[in-house]
Amino acid sequence: MAENLKDIRRRIKSVKNTQQITKAMKMVAASKLRRAQSRAEAARPYAENLREVLQRVAARTSVVSHPLMAVRTVRKVAFLVLTSDRGLCGAYNANVLRQATQAVATVGERRYGIIAMGRKGRDFFRRRGYELLGEFAPVGDEARFEQAKAAAERAMALYTAEAVDEVVLVYTRFVSAMQQHAVAIPLLPISGEALRGEQHAVTGGYIFEPGAREILAAMLPKYVESQVFEALQEAKASEHGARMRAMDAATRNCADLIDRLTLRHNRARQAAITKEIIEIVTAVEAM
Amino acid sequence: MSTTHLRVITPERQVVDEDVEMVILRGTEGELGVLPQHAPLMTALDPAPLRLKRDGTWGVLAASAGFLEVGPRHVTVLVDSCERPEEIDVQRARAARKRAEERLKAKREDVDYARAKAALLRAVARLKAAGYDE
Repeated sequence: MAENLKDIRRRIKSVKNTQQITKAMKMVAASKLRRAQSRAEAARPYAENLREVLQRVAARTSVVSHPLMAVRTVRKVAFLVLTSDRGLCGAYNANVLRQATQAVATVGERRYGIIAMGRKGRDFFRRRGYELLGEFAPVGDEARFEQAKAAAERAMALYTAEAVDEVVLVYTRFVSAMQQHAVAIPLLPISGEALRGEQHAVTGGYIFEPGAREILAAMLPKYVESQVFEALQEAKASEHGARMRAMDAATRNCADLIDRLTLRHNRARQAAITKEIIEIVTAVEAM
Repeated sequence: MSTTHLRVITPERQVVDEDVEMVILRGTEGELGVLPQHAPLMTALDPAPLRLKRDGTWGVLAASAGFLEVGPRHVTVLVDSCERPEEIDVQRARAARKRAEERLKAKREDVDYARAKAALLRAVARLKAAGYDE
């Protein structure tokens, strides 16, 4: 009986240790989430201004044609998939990878390849024998523009070399700390829609140096980079949100487990005491 | 003195958001100075030190390649990266300049010249902005 008591006490202690770890991880994730959100906030002006300027230039050029806008018969599709480097973030990676495999299933007869960003995704696709057209891992905890740029450049190089005829971006959209959705959106070719914005129609002529067309051609890659960067930021915020929730659930599970073990411990202790009393009483009666 | 509103924006943050009296930048077509009332203009930028005058004093930033838009009442600079002199890692910029110079000198087929040239310009812009005009 006493042995059993010791066992339970040891288990309570071990669960308490685990709880401390999950609690710390939850708080770390929460602070990283806040950081990711404020960084996303700081990054918004660039994306907005770039889009506006792009639309203003596009309005000036009658025929918009660019290698990144060329629509071709699709023979091969590339999927740029954004995952985390580490686990312990609930269903975060499972969700985005499911979205990716579903998107892959829609290509049918056409060929496809994966550009993996994040260690989890890379390992997943490599293990299953998918063709990897590019890998960027580890990504780290913060979304950095350089990384988004590198992945975007890889996608654009594949596209302009006609190695792929379409690029789809798969990532987790951040709705709130509690809600995130895995989505698959087209990245390349750039749709003409993105360049049309009636609200930014300009009055008065701009001087373009060199020409409007050259400026537009230089801006389009920036637009793609900026889109990948936005997706990376959302993915990172989502990852921290998912980890925060997963660790919060784990901490609560630990608390439940401790409660149950404490109950069992008390019961066992009670039983041991009762037994001892009975032993004493019987001993006294026997005298 | 009249001013114009200048914003220098990188994908990660807004570096400058204030009224200035003049800005000097390097466009792909040449150096240009922008004063208030400048005609609407749009141009691509090469990596170079960006000089700005506010309250009568000149400041400098190290900007990489990007775009300039001069509107009726504003000047917007969109660049990949932009640092204030105190944020510049001089050692790193020196190493980057050396690497780029070697790559340009190598004259090998597998070297991307446009890339190496841009890297060199970036490194030089950083060193100049940090006050190491060597």
